[in-house]
Amino acid sequence: MKKKTTYREAIRAALRQAMRDDPRVFLMGEDVGRYGGAFAVSLGLLQELGPERIRDAPLSESTFVGAGIGAALGGMRPIVEVMTINFSLLALDQIVNNAATLRHMSGGQLSVPLVVRMATGGARQMAAQHSHSLEGWYAHIPGIKVLTPATVTDAAGMILAALKEPDPVFIFEHATLYPLEGEIEERIAPVDIAKAAVCREGRDITLISYSASLLKALQAADRLAKDGIEAEVIDLRVLRPLDTATILASVTKTHRAVIVDEAWRTGSFAGEISAQITEHAFDELDAPVSRVCSAEVPMPYAVHLETAALPQADTIVTTVHGLL
Amino acid sequence: MSSASKIEPTVQGTAREHQLFLLREMLRIRRFEEKAAEVYSLGKIHGFLHLYIGEEAVAVGAMQALNANDRIVATYREHGQALARGTPANSLMAEMYGKVTGCSHGHGGSMHFFDISRRFYGGYAIVGGGLPIAVGLALADKMQHHEGIITACFFGDGAVAEGEFYESLNLAALWKLPLLFLCENNLYAMGTALARAQAQTNIALKAQAMGVPGESADGMDVLAVEEASHRAAQAVRAGNGPLFLELRTYRFRAHSMADPDLYRSKEEIAEWRTRDPITTFTARLRERGLLSDHDLANLENAVAAELAEAVQFAETSPWEPIEDLTKDVCTPEVGKL
Repeated sequence: MKKKTTYREAIRAALRQAMRDDPRVFLMGEDVGRYGGAFAVSLGLLQELGPERIRDAPLSESTFVGAGIGAALGGMRPIVEVMTINFSLLALDQIVNNAATLRHMSGGQLSVPLVVRMATGGARQMAAQHSHSLEGWYAHIPGIKVLTPATVTDAAGMILAALKEPDPVFIFEHATLYPLEGEIEERIAPVDIAKAAVCREGRDITLISYSASLLKALQAADRLAKDGIEAEVIDLRVLRPLDTATILASVTKTHRAVIVDEAWRTGSFAGEISAQITEHAFDELDAPVSRVCSAEVPMPYAVHLETAALPQADTIVTTVHGLL
Repeated sequence: MSSASKIEPTVQGTAREHQLFLLREMLRIRRFEEKAAEVYSLGKIHGFLHLYIGEEAVAVGAMQALNANDRIVATYREHGQALARGTPANSLMAEMYGKVTGCSHGHGGSMHFFDISRRFYGGYAIVGGGLPIAVGLALADKMQHHEGIITACFFGDGAVAEGEFYESLNLAALWKLPLLFLCENNLYAMGTALARAQAQTNIALKAQAMGVPGESADGMDVLAVEEASHRAAQAVRAGNGPLFLELRTYRFRAHSMADPDLYRSKEEIAEWRTRDPITTFTARLRERGLLSDHDLANLENAVAAELAEAVQFAETSPWEPIEDLTKDVCTPEVGKL
């Protein structure tokens, strides 16, 4: 039976279910226990599951992420919460040099069944050090999986799917999505983490997006429909490994593509998708592939500047009109 | 009085046999490293090569305190630990040759020996990067109630300047993890002397500040290392939390084969060479009538034969097929949990 919930509560329900089902699963991170999580995701879990399973860690991102890797090697199924992607920069060495390499570097002797969750993204007037959208960086790295849930179903189901993976999985939860409403089943099922989703069908243009930017793309598609333009909207869901087949099938149908990505344009994941399209579907294109990304500026605090810096439905609509 | 009288032999046999075993293990490492340098110079192996010559007593002494179920985390200067742990010289040499028969299938090379069958969790080549991994392994054992299993984490004095050193010791102490920190202080972080990099050069004091009790031992004396490691490992095994051991040693060779060794004096190196862990131990065994010329020749011959075979094995081993280039990036579907 389905019940109403939020992105935040759905993640909490998935964490609870995973920990009740498997004694090897535990949650570790800054303020996940007594505080209840910086975004209140794990609120109440300490009382239900105890301090061994809901493990408050000191402010030492590199070491508690590395400890997650070690615990995974040692037979546990750790879920490490890094409070935000901004702080994950302090753990990059462990992620890039250890988590991602250990299987290959050991000649296949090791697997690192580690799940790392973190909040990502801007749009909350958090200024330049708390607004990063760097999941595209992580998607650059072979040896890890990168998930970006944009729906309540994915927010919960991706955690359970990630726990079934033998290799490290990074889940980026957009901070603006935590209050998002939706439904989950009483018993949460793992979701597929191999495919992108076509979340709105259309024939005129393909809007490719993920995470919170997906909502902007869907808003833009609604407005374009009023102008008689039918946009197809793709939620990438998984940045690595990338489901190029779904992208190419859509572009083959619509012959135009706009990528909406909250990251900066230069060296962005949007650039990667654009390259995939031109490499594999160049002859299908009736217009250049376009990108709607953040302005190339450290995120400003003032709300009007922040709004101007981030991708917005208006910009997407204007960009689409320019291609038709 | 020799510290030897305090030690229970950890391998089958008498105290004499055990001491000859320690000598043999140190000789295996010394000659392995000399052979590695030789084949490197011949262009048979490439990449970085960090020799362990001078530090043999540390790996050999410490390893006597570890059980088969204990876990080991090491650094990029880990040939000694791998050999002392029992990984065959064949597979280590083949690894440096880049052959598929290597202990890491030729994916790691000199800096990344892995042998999970012996719970050797690898050589980590970002200084300090192995410490958090060791914290996690020890956490896993604690959470799974694997009583009596400890993790031994080797690192150098250079790692003590890294933030991960303080973070890891703090976390291990905070959570009372079964973790033995083994700091091989060879006085140089690559070319930077300890005193030029760290305001407080008493490393055990730093460990104490993090809540990890520790002490120092003479890393040039295999029996002293063994004795201190036994005591420390026993205490960690008892479940009272982590301990720290500083093993004061010296590398006789340059940091790596690429290092012209311009930052320290020949006199300093010569002074330390008088404390060579192998020659001093050999002399001590001779004085006590435990080692004859014949014994030593037999040991050397056995080691030489082992290494000749290792080189032969590496030379004749196959390369991994290029089709398998990306095979081990992700765990295959059949490995899904």
